[in-house]
Amino acid sequence: MMTNEVIIEKINGFLVEEFEVDYDKISPQAILKDTLGLDSLDYVDLVVVIENTFGFKVKGEDFVGISTFQDFYDYIILKVNEKNQVVA
Amino acid sequence: MNRVVITGMGIYSCIGKNLEEVRDSLFQGKSGIIFDAPRKDLGFRSALTGMVDTPVLKGKLDRRQRLCMAEEVDYAYVATVEALQNARLDEQYMSDHEIGILYGNDSSAKAVIEATDISRAKKDNTLIGSGSIFQSMNSTVTMNLSTIFKLKGINLTVSAACASSSHAIGLGYFLIKSGMQDCIICGGAQEINNFVMGSFDGIGAFSIREHSPAQSSRPFDKDRDGLVPSGGAATVIIESLESAQRRGAPILAEVIGYGFSSNGEHIIQPNVEGPTRSLSKAMKDANLQAGDIDYINAHATSTPLGDSCEAKAMDAVFGTHQTPISSTKSMTGHECWMAGASEIVYSLLMMHNDFIAPNINFETPDEDSAKLNIIAQTKQQKIDTFLSNSFGFGGTNSTLIVTKFKH
Repeated sequence: MMTNEVIIEKINGFLVEEFEVDYDKISPQAILKDTLGLDSLDYVDLVVVIENTFGFKVKGEDFVGISTFQDFYDYIILKVNEKNQVVA
Repeated sequence: MNRVVITGMGIYSCIGKNLEEVRDSLFQGKSGIIFDAPRKDLGFRSALTGMVDTPVLKGKLDRRQRLCMAEEVDYAYVATVEALQNARLDEQYMSDHEIGILYGNDSSAKAVIEATDISRAKKDNTLIGSGSIFQSMNSTVTMNLSTIFKLKGINLTVSAACASSSHAIGLGYFLIKSGMQDCIICGGAQEINNFVMGSFDGIGAFSIREHSPAQSSRPFDKDRDGLVPSGGAATVIIESLESAQRRGAPILAEVIGYGFSSNGEHIIQPNVEGPTRSLSKAMKDANLQAGDIDYINAHATSTPLGDSCEAKAMDAVFGTHQTPISSTKSMTGHECWMAGASEIVYSLLMMHNDFIAPNINFETPDEDSAKLNIIAQTKQQKIDTFLSNSFGFGGTNSTLIVTKFKH
């Protein structure tokens, strides 16, 4: 069972590693799309890296309500917990 | 008609990562062939191959650019940067002028197979990722380099098996000669990974002289037993003389002849008539006689039948002149889609440094090669004009003739 801190650490890790984001620019209230410079193709890679890291598939429409890094963390934490409940 | 000159060249090959390294390897007769043990685990009949390091492009290109680039594009990018630098073509010039790209490539197997593996395993194509489609297409080199270098002229991949990049240069020559384009980045790229050569290995085309990799590629030698796959990339910048002179570019040489033909027969077995026509058409286009050619860079891949047919064709056209001939594939292995362009670069390096690179491992002539003047040891010799042959599956043939630029 991953703690929220571990989940956030993993997210920040792949954003720095895979998306080459400057770690200093990551903050909970920063806008994800602007900070990462995401275009439509990048969302596909975000789906891939989330599946590889946390083992669940994100639907494109799930990104609609995500604006800040904090939104993104909350969404992933929710999904990871849901997955754990199903497994339990 | 415009005169067509070469103003830049770049190379990334198993005998060197840049022009200087390659020049030295050619002079020393150094082989780039290795035994690649992982191929044995995959069931390869032969694990011999030319090998290059993976270029480190992080910090030079952004993430999106790198994600869309297949292995062969990495090589092509490195070779093209070198060619653009020595042609003195900068970003601003390329942005302001209509520069084209014609590049030879005929596979992107690794990208296709890796995507298929994910698709089969995950049953969800989104998980293939965003870069795969751009890596998987045959035009991966031209689509990537044209966006990286912001090119605005012709943008086209030439696929003609092992004659791909020779035809790319030939077609570029036609476009510039006719006035349709002023400057074109031409070249060829070849992936090296295990995926691309499995089926080629499967038809028994490769040398199995695994105990001595450096001796395995032996074009024209009686004891040859097959080709050795290889890869990398080579780029030449071709340009109208007027354009080159206008911008004060260095002029490395002039392209004066292109000939081509199709055998119209078997998919793999070559013949003598097709290559002879290609050679003769190039000579006619260049308005040269056989005695005008100082050096021939042969296609010869080290397969018994292919070498024999080319030897007969060269004997028919050049026999009485005993023109010096070597196959640089004896050192590099067969660079396939890249070979036409790389062999122009190798020959240009010889021309600029007054030597003929050896056809290493040519120890015992056979009936056909005995009639030719095959250079087995490095020879110091001035080259004013050279001819380069490239042939491919399906019987596609291409011949280029290049000469020193004279006002």
